[in-house]
Amino acid sequence: MLAIISNVLRASAQRNGAAVIMSARTYADFTTQATFEIKKCDVFKLDEGPATQVVLTRDEGLQYYRTMQTMRRMELKADQLYKQKIIRGFCHLYDGQEACAVGIEASINLSDHLITAYRAHGYTYTRGGTVKEIMAELTGRRGGIAKGKGGSMHMYCKHFYGGNGIVGVPLGAGVALACKYQGNNELCVCLYGDGAANQGQIFETYNMAALWKLPVIFICENNRYGMGTSVERAAASTDYFKRGEFIPGLRVDGMDVLCVREATRFAADHCRSGKGPILMELQTYRYHGHSMSDPGVSYRTREEIQEVRSKSDPISMLKDRMLSNNMASVEELKEIDVEVRKEIEDAAQFATTDPEPPLEELCNHIFCDMPSLEVRGTNPWAKLKSVS
Amino acid sequence: MAASLRCFLRSGKNTVSALQRRDFHRSAPAAVQMTVRDALNQAMDEELERDERVFLLGEEVAQYDGAYKVSRGLWKKYGDKRIIDTPISEINVLLQAGLRPICEFMTFNFSMQAIDQIINSAAKTYYMSAGLQSVPIVFRGPNGASAGVAAQHSQCFAAWYGHCPGLKVVSPWNSEDAKGLLKSAIRDENPVVVLENELLYGVPFEMSEEAQSKDFTIPIGKAKIERQGNSITLVAHSRYVGHCLDAAAVLAKEGIECEVINLRTIRPMDVETIETSVMKTNHLVTVEGGWPQFGIGAEICARIMEGPAFNYLDSPVTRVTGVDIPMPYAKILEDHSLPQVKDIIFSVKKTLNI
Repeated sequence: MLAIISNVLRASAQRNGAAVIMSARTYADFTTQATFEIKKCDVFKLDEGPATQVVLTRDEGLQYYRTMQTMRRMELKADQLYKQKIIRGFCHLYDGQEACAVGIEASINLSDHLITAYRAHGYTYTRGGTVKEIMAELTGRRGGIAKGKGGSMHMYCKHFYGGNGIVGVPLGAGVALACKYQGNNELCVCLYGDGAANQGQIFETYNMAALWKLPVIFICENNRYGMGTSVERAAASTDYFKRGEFIPGLRVDGMDVLCVREATRFAADHCRSGKGPILMELQTYRYHGHSMSDPGVSYRTREEIQEVRSKSDPISMLKDRMLSNNMASVEELKEIDVEVRKEIEDAAQFATTDPEPPLEELCNHIFCDMPSLEVRGTNPWAKLKSVS
Repeated sequence: MAASLRCFLRSGKNTVSALQRRDFHRSAPAAVQMTVRDALNQAMDEELERDERVFLLGEEVAQYDGAYKVSRGLWKKYGDKRIIDTPISEINVLLQAGLRPICEFMTFNFSMQAIDQIINSAAKTYYMSAGLQSVPIVFRGPNGASAGVAAQHSQCFAAWYGHCPGLKVVSPWNSEDAKGLLKSAIRDENPVVVLENELLYGVPFEMSEEAQSKDFTIPIGKAKIERQGNSITLVAHSRYVGHCLDAAAVLAKEGIECEVINLRTIRPMDVETIETSVMKTNHLVTVEGGWPQFGIGAEICARIMEGPAFNYLDSPVTRVTGVDIPMPYAKILEDHSLPQVKDIIFSVKKTLNI
């Protein structure tokens, strides 16, 4: 890590707008924090929304930058490995949506809970998985976060429940029920996409969460396309933040990490104060297709993708903010890029060289806490063993 | 009902269900009569008391005392936090992290609405997470045919759930089974499907002194020999264990001694007990209420063929099953859609070539 440049003596950090205190552009001269104006959220059944003036500290900015860049490069590396056929099966990439995962995690605690659908690599990382474990899981090796038994869509870590092939929203409400039952002031973030938003189980979950005032933050990551179907072709109402009907909602710019962070902070306060569930729609975008088998250009134009990349890329947006407010230097950020690239390379190296899980592992983890169990193999003489 | 009458006769008591009469005896009587409903109720009551993390949720389980009154009195005793009425949402909320929920389905037919959660989330999660996330949940409710509830409310799901690795599936017959298996299911760290039977809820059975204890459990995965015999082996689960015992009583008069096995657990199935019995009797008849194709009997046949017992068979295994049709409504049709005692007797004689 770069030497932590202590900049703390800038006691006179400006409050209004982006002020630049300059003497010489040395590392010791960065602004510790700056205030930014962010987009106002559309609200539904709420008297007020999240703040529009937010403070970002230099340390936070660097951390978000590093995390988002790590996620970005991790997904691009996964793309590469998939094309080399080292990753197989389903692979749903998250690049473009980094601000969502990072912004959410910035306003909740690791002791809170989170569950999402299959576009889960980013969340696995923000929830505490390492790039090494995630990549090794994608390549199906024993060092993977689920020992190679889960794959792209089924990664778990503490207080992170995957990674679900369909939707994990009803499960998430169950987690919230447990939080309420145990009175531990934790909450559960339940993510789903614009496609899943039309499913019946989502509405059943809205009903129960609101009825029992469960501490759930429902988050619809609206990336405009449910696989190849644009939102206009799938939903009678594309105001996903209003679909909770009796649940208050926010529509948030999901490409701006500060917007997401502020909205999540607002939502978390709402939940923890016992007001029940709240719904956030994050307007975001994915650069890749739905999955690696989808080029992603048959239902949208390359121009559209390019436009989002140039005008709204979450990492670029943060970078510009930090640079133009003297919160970091170009070299510093480049250094982070280099470190991230190395981390990804090392992880990819591990993921391609780590051996596959041993065959003895095949039948393990069927049941918990069971002494050795016999499992039928492919033929009657193949009697395999299962250990918890 | 005829079924309950037979149960009385079988237990040897001619009196109407006796409650403990401490004032007439120096010590409490060893055994007591208890209905399956009360046994299930007692099991849940004891487990709710024993472990704070256990709670019950389902439609009408709280204030209504349960659609079939299985949870009667529990809401009064434990309150809103532990006994939860849910809206009609079979999906219910599953992953109650760290808690031990009992999810009641009003009947297992409605479980089809939540089957994605049961299979893809509950059954598979421990495997997918390589042991990180366990799911200690119980799904219980009435399974199979009732009386006059017609096609959409009469299906047996033993084969469907029995098919899936990661799930344990039990199917109690009498009150001891009900109490012991439900308690084991609640204490188990894995998802367990408990297939009860609505027609058995009101039937009283003898509860031994051991079964009355608060720590009485029956191990999941072990079958029980309800009746010893040498001529032929009958294997059944749930209500049809009773039918087999009735058939055995009739056949005994003709000198045919049936060994009746109560499966108790569908998955993991105790094939060993069946094999040992077949190696003694040389003949096997399976009895179930579900449809024949891909059913419990079909699985037993396959397993017998793959094991040592095959060489001891003097005739192919016979499966007695429900008729391969959706359940009709009219009584006469319904009666003829399910195995009757006479069907079992007929099948036994055919198998024995008598």
